[in-house]
Amino acid sequence: MFSETVVLRGHIIDSLILPKVLDQILTQGGDFKIGEIKIGQNRVDQSYARIEVSAPTHEALDDIVLRLRQHGAEIIEKADVQLAPAPADGVYPKDFYVTTNQQTLITLDGAEIEVQPALMDCAVVVDRAGRRATARKFHEVRRGMEIVIGHQGIKVIPVQRSTSRTDVFEFMSTNISLEKPKSGVIREMATELKRARESGGKILVVAGPAVVHSGAVPHLEKLIEWGYVDLLFGGNAIALHDIENALYGTSLGINLERGSLAERGHENQMRAINVIREAGSISRAVETGVLKSGLMAACVRHGVEFVLAGSIRDDGPLPEVIIDTLEAQEAMREKIAGLTTALMMGTMLHSMAVANLLPATVKTLCVDVNPAAVSKLTERGSFQSLGLVSDLEPFLRELTGVLAR
Amino acid sequence: MRQLLLCPPDYYGIEYEINPWMSRAHGADTPLVQAQWKGLFDTLSTLDCKIELVPPRPKLPDMVFTANAGLTVGRRFIPSNFRHEERAGEAPHFARWMEEHGYEIVWLAKDLFFEGEGDALFGGDVLFCGYKFRSDINSHRAVADILGCLVISVELVDPRFYHIDTCFCPLPDGGAFWFPAAFDEYGQRAIRDHLHDLIDVEPEEAVHFSCNAVVLGRDIVLPKGAPTLVATLTERGYKCHPLPMSEFLKAGGACKCLTMFMPQREK
Repeated sequence: MFSETVVLRGHIIDSLILPKVLDQILTQGGDFKIGEIKIGQNRVDQSYARIEVSAPTHEALDDIVLRLRQHGAEIIEKADVQLAPAPADGVYPKDFYVTTNQQTLITLDGAEIEVQPALMDCAVVVDRAGRRATARKFHEVRRGMEIVIGHQGIKVIPVQRSTSRTDVFEFMSTNISLEKPKSGVIREMATELKRARESGGKILVVAGPAVVHSGAVPHLEKLIEWGYVDLLFGGNAIALHDIENALYGTSLGINLERGSLAERGHENQMRAINVIREAGSISRAVETGVLKSGLMAACVRHGVEFVLAGSIRDDGPLPEVIIDTLEAQEAMREKIAGLTTALMMGTMLHSMAVANLLPATVKTLCVDVNPAAVSKLTERGSFQSLGLVSDLEPFLRELTGVLAR
Repeated sequence: MRQLLLCPPDYYGIEYEINPWMSRAHGADTPLVQAQWKGLFDTLSTLDCKIELVPPRPKLPDMVFTANAGLTVGRRFIPSNFRHEERAGEAPHFARWMEEHGYEIVWLAKDLFFEGEGDALFGGDVLFCGYKFRSDINSHRAVADILGCLVISVELVDPRFYHIDTCFCPLPDGGAFWFPAAFDEYGQRAIRDHLHDLIDVEPEEAVHFSCNAVVLGRDIVLPKGAPTLVATLTERGYKCHPLPMSEFLKAGGACKCLTMFMPQREK
């Protein structure tokens, strides 16, 4: 939302100018907050109202303000942000403003500019000539870049929570629902996934290897087949365990059908890595028919893009795994543009990493068998996150069951 | 006795187009202009008032519409800041004349458009001011500051009725006659909140500028063409003097536009 503060003075009550102005703001799709109002005591005393007018776009706001000026509204000039140059590559100036994942606007030369993207724990780099404000991580900063310092001229617009109990995200906020009805939450989640799919939204799944261990792969495959997954983020492990399972029927050597240790099962993981490395990539292994089933094969077949980020304990890793963490972060940031919904399951590491990249507007559901993992995620400041403590297989079984109905 | 300011129509003509009535293709008939203006002058002369004349100036054809010279309250005169360049040249002549006749001149800030009595009429102790086409609403606030009175600002929405005196005429008994459709909904409500006993003028009579009338006690001088309004006013004890105004209507003016009260109110 973009906003301007306007002031009305005069006999605005008797002339009905104040109600007219407020009505016009609303009928033109804007919103208002009355900052201050002083009503004249005597008949001839003039009144005063300071009104913050907001609208979803710059153009809409300009239109509204233009009309309000006709009715005598005066615009209050806003204070500009303060800027300082970055002292060295990768270093922000002292007192730099730390971003949140909420929509943020800065005032530059009297006009508001939206900071893009809404990314937390960054500084805001300003390009005066291009009139752009960008949230940038340390490593993206170059010496001399102009960076916002202090808090003047910055406006953060939190995602509004609805007071109506129509959307599970809006009323349950960040509570972990250990003592809440799981079926209800899962039904709401299914509704949200449907809504996202039907309204052209973009859905991300962040998954850990527990999806494979718990035997939930067939359910997740269904979600992919039904078009509920646009993006998959994870690490080396989920892909590797899924591929091992697809090739040898084991995950970390355990036969998933019988739950028992397979003979020389511990070798399967290493053999699986070798098969994929030999094929050149996971995608190539699917294309050449080496890898026929499982989660990763479903992703390749249905055009679901995936980003696999490496970690220090990885075996292999698989060819697509990005081992430079900054590069992996970059790849994920690129892909999440336009994201509306995120489902995070069974991985604290990757879920936290992704949650830090998401704007607050993305609706997030975190599912983990470990309550600590869920609470850590839901307390990250994502305003529309909902935690559910559950094993993944029953969760995904119920979710796909609801979606199938 | 009320004092009125008029300006002989020696240089009057349709020389530009700044409202929907004006068309250079349909110029005014000079002998008829003289006759109609004289008709107004003579009628007013028989009523309870004293008429002063401001000398007309060449190249200022609309100086004849003295209502737009400014607003006079007591011995103070607030000159107009015309919106259109074409009329801006009138302001210094009117101001000088008023100053020479002992009025204190109180200028508004240059960026505030204000067209005098044309957009500012007292109904009781409330000053009703029109805005949008000619005057800015912010000028109303400045006028309220100067005069210390309640100003009701109303938006005009029909470009044919571009000044408040073309669609609204307060009466001495507290009421007014008006053409409501010339105002937006909020303006209509604001007027109704402050004036009772309003007489609505029919659209077919309003287009003859029937509301552009000079009220002197129980006498009302108004343009011809409003038999229903005249009947209503007569019934209420007013004496109506309908006058032909066709040549001034071509410029978007009539009886009231041709007249300014000096002062409109004593204080």
